[in-house]
Amino acid sequence: MSSKWIALGLAAGLSAAAALPARAILPLQHWQTPNGARVYFVENHDLPMLDVSVEFPAGAGFDSPEKAGVASMTDGLLNTGADGMDENDIARRLADVGAQLGERFDTDRAGLALRTLSSAKERRQALDTLARVLRQPDFPQAVLEREKVRLIGALKESDTRPDTIASRNFYRLAYREHPYALRSAGEVETVEKITREDLIGFYRRHYTAQYAVVALIGDVTRAEAEAIAVELTRGLPEAAGAEPLLPAVGELPAGATRMIGHQASQAHILIGAPGISRGDPDYFPLYVGNHILGGGGFVSRITEEVRQKRGLAYSAYSYFSPLSREGPFVIGMQTRRDQAGQALEVARSTLADFVRDGPTAQELTAARQNIIGGFPLRIDSNRKIHEYLALIGFYRLPLTYLEDFVKNVERVTVADIRDAFKRRVNPERMVTVVVGGEEEAKP
Amino acid sequence: MMGAAPCMAATATVEHRLANGMRVIVKPDHRAPVAAAVVWYQVGSVDEVSGTTGVAHALEHMMFKGTTSLAPGEYSRTIAAAGGRDNAFTSNDFTGYFATLHKSQLELMLRLEADRMVNLTIPPEEFAKEIKVVMEERRLRTEDRPRSLTYEQLMATALTAHPYRNPIIGWMNDIENMRVGDLREFYQRWYAPNNAILTVVGDVEPEDVFALAEKHFGPIAPRELPVRKPQDEAPQRGVKRVTVKAPAELPYVLIAFRVPALRDADKDWEPYALKMLAAVLDGNDAARLNRVLVREQRVASSAGAGYDGIARGPDFFYLSATPVPGKSAAEVEQGLRREMGRIIDEGVTEEELNRAKAQAIAAQVYQRDSMFFQARMIGVLEAAGVSHRTIDLQLAKLRQVTPEQVREVARKYFRDDALTIAHLDPQPLAVRRPVALPSGLRHVQ
Repeated sequence: MSSKWIALGLAAGLSAAAALPARAILPLQHWQTPNGARVYFVENHDLPMLDVSVEFPAGAGFDSPEKAGVASMTDGLLNTGADGMDENDIARRLADVGAQLGERFDTDRAGLALRTLSSAKERRQALDTLARVLRQPDFPQAVLEREKVRLIGALKESDTRPDTIASRNFYRLAYREHPYALRSAGEVETVEKITREDLIGFYRRHYTAQYAVVALIGDVTRAEAEAIAVELTRGLPEAAGAEPLLPAVGELPAGATRMIGHQASQAHILIGAPGISRGDPDYFPLYVGNHILGGGGFVSRITEEVRQKRGLAYSAYSYFSPLSREGPFVIGMQTRRDQAGQALEVARSTLADFVRDGPTAQELTAARQNIIGGFPLRIDSNRKIHEYLALIGFYRLPLTYLEDFVKNVERVTVADIRDAFKRRVNPERMVTVVVGGEEEAKP
Repeated sequence: MMGAAPCMAATATVEHRLANGMRVIVKPDHRAPVAAAVVWYQVGSVDEVSGTTGVAHALEHMMFKGTTSLAPGEYSRTIAAAGGRDNAFTSNDFTGYFATLHKSQLELMLRLEADRMVNLTIPPEEFAKEIKVVMEERRLRTEDRPRSLTYEQLMATALTAHPYRNPIIGWMNDIENMRVGDLREFYQRWYAPNNAILTVVGDVEPEDVFALAEKHFGPIAPRELPVRKPQDEAPQRGVKRVTVKAPAELPYVLIAFRVPALRDADKDWEPYALKMLAAVLDGNDAARLNRVLVREQRVASSAGAGYDGIARGPDFFYLSATPVPGKSAAEVEQGLRREMGRIIDEGVTEEELNRAKAQAIAAQVYQRDSMFFQARMIGVLEAAGVSHRTIDLQLAKLRQVTPEQVREVARKYFRDDALTIAHLDPQPLAVRRPVALPSGLRHVQ
């Protein structure tokens, strides 16, 4: 009976994939504003709302080691004073019309995202506030001083946590001199040094219309979207030269293992190395392969070996995080401290087996069915589609990225995965960090 | 205040009751060819008896470990092969099993759910492994998280009789001593069609879903459900306090006032006033707590307020704050209580209230962007005994709240005999030492 169910699942999965329309999955529109911003738009009138983001190449990767935290602080302070409005004015103007404004920030990108009702009065007030915040931020000195105190407190708090300690050490070992090694929010010593001039300088260099990506989805027309994009990028700083680029990530010269004592009841384990960048030709074999290895939730190999078979962890996973430059490949889990050695061994041998032998044909079929059959779930809300628009825009992915996605997954073979993992993932050259670890042997 | 309220429910929900008592609630949403489905059992940690805290949650884990016709793990493998995503959640009041999938796969999910409603096996060897996973989950979410420990102690202090005092995941010692028999008994008592609700939001027609539900759940016989005792709290006689020592850098203060939850969506007014008060205190960046305690006085690095209002049992209005480095827990506690005192003395302004209302109206539109969120909201309300048909009524009631009503609930409930306060007392981390490499692993390097 059970095998019949699986067979049914497969057949139905195939039909779901086959049912995908041949024409564009999403009517994605793209253009540039006269001042050079790239705009990505999906018109959708199902709900009376609009999502819009404006992002720049201004993430934590552009920080210097001496002043780590400048990029994040610049983004975070945009809405704390602008064009005659103080931080309370800005918050009230948005809340009065039910709008939600948030920072968008990672190692590559920084900017703001707004969700507003699409009705005229509400939309106008929300978008006007966003435009002024982007165009004329004050970076008030008093707010900066207060935020530095808060952030330093939060960093110290975070530094007591085993997961933070594991992650910081992992990134330092995996990325060494590369800015991806830096913590996005900065360090206590670097945040202390941040000045208002640093923020203004960073803003002027990075927040320019020429580098901007505007992503919109919702209840506005093309003509309205064009006007909104112009207004949101009007009056931004002039570009001073070419778009800033991050340096290349050097190959990891050797594996490294770091064990750090901590009194937490669980050890936190991270294993990994620099992985792939956006647009990497190996992306799809690695993505589908990782789905089988540790990305597919309950049915992946790492979860099966660590959790289902042995009960060693609640959460065990692996992922590739493709960035402008080689983002990390990571395997992670947490387990009772005296089991750390066993969990580590299981994770390492699971990885080594996978890299050596690749997946089985059956595993690949199951992964394809899950990814392809589940494709409609990736674009079933404005929020999710908005994420794709911003991603496609920022990384200059093909406009057909979503249509091609299914085809690219279908095309992946067992041999492709084995080949890509052999070339790109070396189990003998991994960074391993264990925080908590086993009790130290009695001296 | 906004002019015209946008239309709330694009399409209405449709409900059907099977002969065995199972309820099916469907909300068509044709924006994408998918369906979000949740099977709710109206049983949660509130129904656990002494010595078996955590059994509702442990059973939720074991629901994925096989039936008379399905091998352990096969539920998830089958849903995954159909392109679906599945998981489950346990709360005080309910346990929910959900999947989001292509609409053509809905029947598959319903068939699997009907199967595990009656045919669960709970194999001892699978239980032995899974209960270790639950212990790891507790370590991850609670034991090593000082603020979770603080919340756990707050609840255990605020309540003496009512089972909401126990953590949903259970006390570690109860988890360690849990037996297969505890789960089987709980399953047999509570997992029945007359204690279940199916909610589906998606690109479906209600009649089709009803037919599928009839087909798969219809043949399951109802069971007599145990009688629940109210376990009401005795009156509180003074402030309750608890301190939690744990490794951390900053102190943390968590305050709970006993307040009512929503019972009658039409006649009640206090829960709506409390909801608006939470929004005035913490609904936006310029709301009172953040503006006064973080931005003006700079005593707190963060401060918040929260009130849910949806619960079968006792409910609370929460306040929390973290002091900035150099300030104490006592100072932020005073700050929080001073702000509550100001509400009692001076009330809130019409402007603050209108802002909170505008946000509530907009939120109701934004929530419709997620099918799963909608399916979840319907079930959460129903599990707490509040009809999902009152969602629009509740918004209308929120819009009617007056400044006087906000002040009145503050006066009535923010008093010492309704108050419990928990302080996290940060302890220094033990000195970090290099740790020996686990044996047998050195060769890898």
